[in-house]
Amino acid sequence: MMTVSLIVFLIVALITLGSALMVVIARNLVHSALWLVLTLFGVAILFGLLQAGFLAVVQVVIYIGAISILIIFAIMLTRRIASDTGPRFNENWGWALGISLMMFAALVWVIVSWPGFHVQAQPLDARFEPVVELGKALVSPNGYVLPFELASVLLLAALIGAIVIAWERKPEGR
Amino acid sequence: MTDPINLIAEWLRGLLAGWGLSSGLVIFIMTLLGVVVTAAFVLLMDVFLVWVERKVVARFQDRLGPNRLGPFGLIQPLADVIKLLIKEDITPIGADRVVYNIAPILALATVLVLWSVIPLSPTVLGADINVGVLFIVAAGAIGTLGIIMAGWASNNKYALIGAFRMVAEIVAYEVPMVIALMVPVILARSMSIGEIVQRQTIWYIVLAPVAALVFLITAIAELGRAPFDLSEAESEIVAGFHIEYTGMKFGMFYAGELLHALTMGALFASFFLGGWRGPFAEQVPILGVFYLFLKAFFIYWVIMWVKYSLPRIRIDHLMEFSWKFLTPLILAVVMITALLDKLLGEPGTLIYTLGMLVANLIVVWITLTLLRTYFRLERKRVGEERPVAAPDLTPAARIERTS
Amino acid sequence: MQTQDWLFVGIFIVLAPLFPLIALLIPRLIAPRKPNPIKLETYECGMETVGPAWVQFKVQYYIFALIFLVFDIEMVFLYPWAVSLNLLPFYAVVEGIIFVAILVAGLLYAWRNGALKWA
Repeated sequence: MMTVSLIVFLIVALITLGSALMVVIARNLVHSALWLVLTLFGVAILFGLLQAGFLAVVQVVIYIGAISILIIFAIMLTRRIASDTGPRFNENWGWALGISLMMFAALVWVIVSWPGFHVQAQPLDARFEPVVELGKALVSPNGYVLPFELASVLLLAALIGAIVIAWERKPEGR
Repeated sequence: MTDPINLIAEWLRGLLAGWGLSSGLVIFIMTLLGVVVTAAFVLLMDVFLVWVERKVVARFQDRLGPNRLGPFGLIQPLADVIKLLIKEDITPIGADRVVYNIAPILALATVLVLWSVIPLSPTVLGADINVGVLFIVAAGAIGTLGIIMAGWASNNKYALIGAFRMVAEIVAYEVPMVIALMVPVILARSMSIGEIVQRQTIWYIVLAPVAALVFLITAIAELGRAPFDLSEAESEIVAGFHIEYTGMKFGMFYAGELLHALTMGALFASFFLGGWRGPFAEQVPILGVFYLFLKAFFIYWVIMWVKYSLPRIRIDHLMEFSWKFLTPLILAVVMITALLDKLLGEPGTLIYTLGMLVANLIVVWITLTLLRTYFRLERKRVGEERPVAAPDLTPAARIERTS
Repeated sequence: MQTQDWLFVGIFIVLAPLFPLIALLIPRLIAPRKPNPIKLETYECGMETVGPAWVQFKVQYYIFALIFLVFDIEMVFLYPWAVSLNLLPFYAVVEGIIFVAILVAGLLYAWRNGALKWA
């Protein structure tokens, strides 16, 4: 079973990375958005492979169901900038590539040097319910109750901010 | 003999193990077979749905419906399929070929996937994953994407407008739908649909009638069926997002829509009508499948009844109905359910059932009173004297507004 | 048991697009293919198309999507709360209600400002 899941992981990771690359390369903005959806879906499958079912579905619900829809709406609101006709590379692409590779190497180094990276994870108890544990942790005073409520305030701020910026005030409209 | 499906599965498992295959491979083959059988069964049902839909529409409109091919016109759907298969497949100029072709596949596949988590009987569960409810929402999200892809790739104004209307509608009605699904989750203490059905010794439509009604309304909106069929308003944008599709590609959208309606029926049955539960379903599991489809078809019939009885709703009314009525209402219901669930103790007792039912009825009564007051004020406001030729009420201005 | 269920879902997700794909491939073999420029034109009730299909949309679509996003995230937070509700003490219910009340304030703000009006 171990090798099978490894093969599946490699395929999914390749698809995810490849479509992430296509997001940047694609000339058409809508195509970019659709490649982004595939990338996000690949991440969801990776969550699923890690037995984090809740995160996998949440990834699809939030990122594909809401955020990518928002991105596509935003693209459609603009006026014909969808296909970029200019050159896709400027003279600095070598520098950008070098810095990206260095960042990636640094991240890999940080993760590998973390002692927890080499420890084999214990298999979870069959009766362990991740969602229930998450729910308990979210509201327990020793857990994340403050971030939980603050998340609500943050969402409220985001909502009000979005309305203020995107919506001109119409005093007579109710 | 009471559980033929598992009997066959056990026999096959023994046979495969007898061939000396490793246990992992046996599990894989068995799962694969399970998936193929489930999907094939659902797709066969889908072909049959064409007949059901046409026959029921005909009855609602006082016609006979298909009655030439076979007894009661039962072979009609096969003829429909053959017709779709031999139709010319047209891709319009300027269409984005790849996206254009992926969209109809997504339209059917995302609906088909829903059947992987619907429990068909006490023993045939498909997949009993612990996030079943959110899985449904996730599959719906990808279906929405299929609609956008179809609308955008067709390179057609009607298609793009239809797709955008449809997505705005789905987005608006997904909020009350997901909140409504929280009610059975609270009552069953689990997100797995198998668990939700298992716990329904009392159908949840008794404990949560308001949530059930909101789910039904939002399900119809999510389907894009009348009275919420703005995406294919024939008099304005002809067919909406699938206007350019012909032959089998159109067939995929059509099959997807019909199957989606039945799937919503099955989901409604699982969440609120006890799913496979019924007399002797525990002893004779195959009866569970029968009960589930009986309930699913009943809800499907209700959806058709609504479709062929009500006129289309205007888009501003549609949006306001979701954001200003359904969302606040269902939020209140969820909070009351959570509060009462804590106060009334374990479900199953008489006091729990009565408490939930009475609370729901009170919510309905308060809502109706508020609405009555609101519309009384509204009528008064509209009835007041005011200048007739207000500049913003000329027909031209109105058309500009609602575009 | 869970792993096997996810295997079922995984195979289902992989196989589900194959069924419509096969159905779409059959017409390639048996359906006629006689395209001509007029047949391939964009359908607009028989009128010739004017301008690109890319029509300008109202900002309202975007605003509704934004409000939807906020509520979507809220629901994802509330689901774990709803699942574990019976194991939690009473104050957890109050916390959930506060959480929702803050967001309802946002909905009311949008309502008062007319952002929920499709006009």
